[in-house]
Amino acid sequence: MDKPLKNPVVANECISEESAEDKPQEGDARGISRRKFLGTVAGIGGTVLIGSYKDVAASKEFSGWPNRYGCLTDLTACVGCRSCEKACNEANNLPKPKTSFDDVSVFKEKRRPTAQAYTVVNQYKNPKDESKPVYRKIQCNHCNEPACASACPIHAYTKTPEGAVLYDPEKCFGCRYCMIACPFYAPAYDYDSALEPKIVKCVMCYDRIKKGGIPACAEACPVGTITFGKRSDLIKIAREKIMKNPDRYIDHIYGEHEAGGTGWMYISGVPFENLDFPTNLPQKPLIEETKGFLGAVPVVFTVWPALFGMVYAALRHREDLEKEKGQKHEKEEEKK
Amino acid sequence: MSNGTLTGTDNFRSWFMDKLLMGMSWPEYSRRLITPFNIVAAIILSIGIPVIAIRFVFGLASATHASNEYPWGILLGWGLFGGVPLSATGFVMGTAYYIFGFKRYKPLVRLGVLTGFLGYLFAVIYLLTDLGRPWRIYYPMIIGFGTASVLFLVAWHVATYLTVQFLEFSEAILEWIKSRRVYKWATMIVIGMTIAGIILSTLHQSALGAMFLLVPGKLHPLWFSSYIPVFFLSSSIYAALAMVIVISTLAARFLRSATDHNFLESLDRLTVGLGKGTCVGLFVYLALKLVGVAHDDNWHLLSTPYGNWFLVEILGFVLLPAIVLTYGVKNNSAGLVRFGAFYAVLGIIVNRINVSIIAFNWNLPGHLHHIIPPWQEVAIVASIITIHILIFRWILNRMPVIREHPEYKESH
Repeated sequence: MDKPLKNPVVANECISEESAEDKPQEGDARGISRRKFLGTVAGIGGTVLIGSYKDVAASKEFSGWPNRYGCLTDLTACVGCRSCEKACNEANNLPKPKTSFDDVSVFKEKRRPTAQAYTVVNQYKNPKDESKPVYRKIQCNHCNEPACASACPIHAYTKTPEGAVLYDPEKCFGCRYCMIACPFYAPAYDYDSALEPKIVKCVMCYDRIKKGGIPACAEACPVGTITFGKRSDLIKIAREKIMKNPDRYIDHIYGEHEAGGTGWMYISGVPFENLDFPTNLPQKPLIEETKGFLGAVPVVFTVWPALFGMVYAALRHREDLEKEKGQKHEKEEEKK
Repeated sequence: MSNGTLTGTDNFRSWFMDKLLMGMSWPEYSRRLITPFNIVAAIILSIGIPVIAIRFVFGLASATHASNEYPWGILLGWGLFGGVPLSATGFVMGTAYYIFGFKRYKPLVRLGVLTGFLGYLFAVIYLLTDLGRPWRIYYPMIIGFGTASVLFLVAWHVATYLTVQFLEFSEAILEWIKSRRVYKWATMIVIGMTIAGIILSTLHQSALGAMFLLVPGKLHPLWFSSYIPVFFLSSSIYAALAMVIVISTLAARFLRSATDHNFLESLDRLTVGLGKGTCVGLFVYLALKLVGVAHDDNWHLLSTPYGNWFLVEILGFVLLPAIVLTYGVKNNSAGLVRFGAFYAVLGIIVNRINVSIIAFNWNLPGHLHHIIPPWQEVAIVASIITIHILIFRWILNRMPVIREHPEYKESH
């Protein structure tokens, strides 16, 4: 029998309980008002494109909410019991699945989060020990600078100061560009609904963490796979674990830098590419790729009319010259 | 008094027959409608329209196989990404004629503008079919501003540009209904609208490419490039020139009665001229694509299966049509140029389908199996294409697009 491995750090508990530190500080408040102000500027009077330029410039200075939370999933601890799936289903009032959460036959195929499930666990072969499969939990990774949010044309996504990336179905018109943009294939869509289809994804149990609680999956895990806490603390914990157990872990914290860093991070004993983690992502936030393009927009808006207006003026000028020439010619002929 | 009503009715009847039935009576007009083309169109619509109805009543899952990994299918891959570059005709012809002074191309300017306007209109129709909640289409304009989103820019530009193109085309509509007063006003804004068209077109043609800048992990590295906005813009320009050749060829072949002598007379010469432009555009684009591969040093990927397909795209669908066009232009053969233009248009569609469908998610297991569209999606696309053609034909038959209105000749 496999013994559930005990985590070196007390899991299932919120690591920083001092709530005073977690409250947004004054600096944050200024940050919010500036961002809000820019948002308003962007909206006023159709000068939307200039607004977008400023907003892009502003986000360069913003290095993320300082006290945001995240989770660290220790894939070496997970035993594939699916308690997290069950707890998530109950905590978020999701529809009951056809098969029970004890059913291990689901591991026959690779699953992904759907419109009915915020999170799923998949099973992989363990190259080190065939008898001990590796399990990988998937859910929204709550990126530092989420690609979904930068893709959304209606601003339906918010990166909250607490770290959760939230989606507002009241704003969404269903273009699904967020799903295209997400490098982790996290958002799902309920294609079956004709009138109220919406994006469905993990919310990091936002209501629970607002009240000082921890995500339901982290609480339900019997072996302490998921550690909830401040992202900055989680990175320290992960480093310490890897340093103390170099044989157990590969030397990589997935999510520390991927796509600009994620709120949900992973440590593993097996290379991440063996577990279907995308390993071809840039280290900078994906929005960086589009900044240059959006920055060129105001240039086009101001330079093009000047340039093409001038070409047109030159054309008219040439036509006038030809006309004058023609008239002179006529007059000369008349004189003759 | 009864006399007055009578003449009113008569006036309306003659207006109706003149404008809408092309001078025919009802029985005559309906008899004329029974043609092989119309019968095929009716069959396609009788299958496709119920599928569209099912999609709206029962949701996207009932008619598309859009999934969580593949949110977009051929509705957008064909309709939006394929359709918009082929609709750059309005901006390219408008710029050439009004701004650069290619006055000889006058017979093709309105056709270009109409192709562009309808192309955009139908791109929006494909989008409305694909959106989860299409009745919220105006949300990016009023409800929330995703100012950091490239799609936000596309939404605003397509909406504005659709209006601009309608205004550009309004000349023809006003001539058709013989409104002199508004007509004068409409011709005054044409330069402003053309320049607005250049701004909006250059930005959103490239923005459609820039949308894929967000997916470095999902799009195959041979198609993903930081130059992708430039690729999309550059290819849309030769696509527009080739598309004008394609549309004018079809119009001259199948709608001869809607053309005038001037149009038919000058067509071969103008076709070769446009072919020259297309040819230059194709070579410029080919050079850019090669610079793209070199910039990311992706040469080693060319020997992989996706690399082979990439070579098929840029050699078979960019270089080859360019060679055909070169021969056509050199030998002054309008026929060869027409063939090259059809080929180039096909190449654009291949490229956009590659970027949005074939090379997207290339690293998912069973990828090529997932991208085969179900018959319902094909039926929806086929019926939207059919409606597009029917409306195009309806307008060409009635409004002065590929012919000049005798009363308005030389007025602009």
